Amino acid sequence: MKIMVAIKRVIDYAVKIRVKPDKSGVVTQNVKMSMNPFCEIALEEALRIRESGLASEVVAVTMGPSQCLDTLRTGLAMGADRGIHVDSTSALHPLHVAKILRNLVQIEKPSLIILGKQAIDDDCNQTGQMVAGLLNWPQGTFASKVVLDKEKEEVTVDREVDDGIETVQLKLPAVITTDLRLNQPRYATLPNIMKAKSKPIKKFTPQELNVEIKSDLEIVEVTEPPKRKAGVMVSSVDELIEKLKNEAKVI
Amino acid sequence: MLKFCSIFSKSKSKNLFLLRSRTKSTSSSQSSPAAYTFSRRIFPYSKHSSLLAPASISRVPPSRSFATDSEARDSIEYDVVVVGAGPAGLSAAIRLKQLCHQKGADLSVCVVEKGAEVGAHIISGNVFEPRALDELLPQWKQEEAPINTPVSSDKFWFLTKNRAISLPSPFHNKGNYVISLSQLVRWLGAKAEELGVEIYPGFAASEILYDTNNKVIGIGTNDMGIAKDGSKKENFQRGVEVKGRITLLAEGCRGSLSEKIMGRYNLREKGGAEHQTYALGIKEVWEIDERKHQPGAVLHTLGWPLDHKTYGGSFLYHMKDNQISIGFVVALNYQNPFMNPYEEFQKFKHHPAIRPYLEGGTVIQYGARTLNEGGFQSIPYPVFPGGAIIGCSAGFLNVPKIKGTHTAMKSGMLAAEATFGVLNEGLDMDMYWKALRNSWIWDELYKARNYRPAFENGLIPGLALSGLEHYLLRGKHPFTLKHGKADHEATNAAQLHSPIQYPKADGILSFDVPTSLHRSNTNHEHDQPPHLRLRDPKIPETVNLPVYAAPESRYCPARVYEYVADEHNQLKLQINAQNCLHCKACDIKDPKQNIEWTVPEGGGGPGYSVM
Repeated sequence: MKIMVAIKRVIDYAVKIRVKPDKSGVVTQNVKMSMNPFCEIALEEALRIRESGLASEVVAVTMGPSQCLDTLRTGLAMGADRGIHVDSTSALHPLHVAKILRNLVQIEKPSLIILGKQAIDDDCNQTGQMVAGLLNWPQGTFASKVVLDKEKEEVTVDREVDDGIETVQLKLPAVITTDLRLNQPRYATLPNIMKAKSKPIKKFTPQELNVEIKSDLEIVEVTEPPKRKAGVMVSSVDELIEKLKNEAKVI
Repeated sequence: MLKFCSIFSKSKSKNLFLLRSRTKSTSSSQSSPAAYTFSRRIFPYSKHSSLLAPASISRVPPSRSFATDSEARDSIEYDVVVVGAGPAGLSAAIRLKQLCHQKGADLSVCVVEKGAEVGAHIISGNVFEPRALDELLPQWKQEEAPINTPVSSDKFWFLTKNRAISLPSPFHNKGNYVISLSQLVRWLGAKAEELGVEIYPGFAASEILYDTNNKVIGIGTNDMGIAKDGSKKENFQRGVEVKGRITLLAEGCRGSLSEKIMGRYNLREKGGAEHQTYALGIKEVWEIDERKHQPGAVLHTLGWPLDHKTYGGSFLYHMKDNQISIGFVVALNYQNPFMNPYEEFQKFKHHPAIRPYLEGGTVIQYGARTLNEGGFQSIPYPVFPGGAIIGCSAGFLNVPKIKGTHTAMKSGMLAAEATFGVLNEGLDMDMYWKALRNSWIWDELYKARNYRPAFENGLIPGLALSGLEHYLLRGKHPFTLKHGKADHEATNAAQLHSPIQYPKADGILSFDVPTSLHRSNTNHEHDQPPHLRLRDPKIPETVNLPVYAAPESRYCPARVYEYVADEHNQLKLQINAQNCLHCKACDIKDPKQNIEWTVPEGGGGPGYSVM
């Protein structure tokens, strides 16, 4: 059984983000990039399934410019068997990614696709759901526990939802997106990083996969959130009501 | 409920939350009470829910031997192992590969680097003298090295509280460039990889490996995935042995392994050297109003806000893209335990001659690092059985020039040439020492040797002697001044001084430590044993606090050390190891030398990109 994991190269979570002076986006030049933390968790889960003997191969997929190869190599160093790099310098939105993944699925034919629930740069939380929709596969999103039953060809996923935990049973092939508490990703060791250099990476372009990168979205402006103003201490309920009415104008 | 989800799913904002809870001196261990008010089961901690963990304790975990002894480690072998991907380490690696190509030899070279990327831990002024780079990679300009802002003006001011008095500039910066050393090192890293050097960022060399003859045979990297209490976590990973026929230590100023080696093989005595002396440099990169930006402008100041007994000063260099580097350096042999170098820097930025540059600008990055000031008198014998020490770990910074990059690079190149001789022709590593003594490094440092020690007697005698040196003597005198006390011994007892009142940060020109720290992109895996070890856990409360009024709570530019009242209202040391900028000031300045800086899990620490 083959598992495909989609990983994204994003600005490292510890970096202080700055908005570009022309407000077209965020400064990415000279800024540290790493694998999206949720993608790390997705890859870790795939590796554990393979290590328990239920899968034979883990393929890591990344999309973006050539710098993404660094992230892909990290994925290979963690333990993925093969890598796929979809080379594109244009901005890729979730729908593009989902379409590309659907077309890759037709080539690779995995039984399970695992993705992070969202990327920490755009916080879209859409790609996994879109892939499932395009493929007409069942989906288990926000997974905090994944149990695979290979014989029955089913996977049981505990989902973290607003009301608590929801358990769903999905027939394979299926799409899973991972949440924070699913596992703790392993470190890439020095020997594994060295081995990863010789693992194969296949390159595709979106055109080769019959996906047109045409954007229906235009980013108009990116600004920093407004600075939090200091709170005001009020001395009585009447004063509070008066302020809510006249200053904040919410009642 | 939605609020709970947002705390746990937005990792970016979580981190800001985390830093704030670390640096506030709170005694409560729960930092997000709101998350626990509704009735649902508590989830087990995971790598990212770091804001739920209590503040770290000051005690060293009792059983540090838990993980390291049991399992055997993987071992990888190279011809040469370099610790540290800085100017010295990378120059050595590049030079080795060049020699291999020239002479048809093949040596495997590995560089291990504790920062998450090459350049992440690199911070420096920096007015760059390309002398060594011209020798190493003469085509640097064509190969698009990030060196493109030549020095256009060179000013030197003596500051009083309200005035700036222009003095003749003692520097000769013609032909030099204003650069970001972090950017240059990244470029050097790419060049090294092109030549076949293997560079592994994110791996911290935590121990030296010896054979049965007391010869160094390589280094061991840190075990990863150990919890704060010392137990193994889910993702525990044993460290790796990286063995080399020759090991070059290029850890920068006060390198943790280099200090151990110098002690073990008595390298200072062997070299007839005095102790090393240090300064702490704190720096910010600002993006300023383009009308105020003069690319290549170089400014240094002396005087205010420091008193005449404390050696130090500031720098302000204009880079490209409307960015400037502004920083403050304070010699660590200061006497007043209430001195706070970070606050002196914040105060300095308000000077009427300095603030105009900064008004209307924004801070991009912040960082701090100690630097060597011992110069010629403190150079140890840098060779040990199995390897050598290069760069600032040995200490080749030219203090009056305030430049150490070119000498660090040259020392790396000389060590590489000696290493090549050892591995290819069976020569002795002592060749490195001889080469140093015959090189321009020696010549430069010898001429510069008396500038800094002259200031032992105060600012005026120092300036007077400097003037004499610079215009008349130029190093040609028969005597060599000695250093004063070691930095940690120079601190007076608190009762001899009174606390200094520093002005509150205004949030526009000056900032509080947590705000600045956020700009250094520093982070460490929180659930690991604190990497700042106390040799005697009782000394902070029995000596540092009562006698010296806890100087570590003031000189640390990252607010790692805080004294917090416990349940009996006793002040106890709290070590916020996660904030650490790896500057090594505590290792140097702690009065009883009780704080030992050891290397944390690889990949942690600051994330400098334009410093």
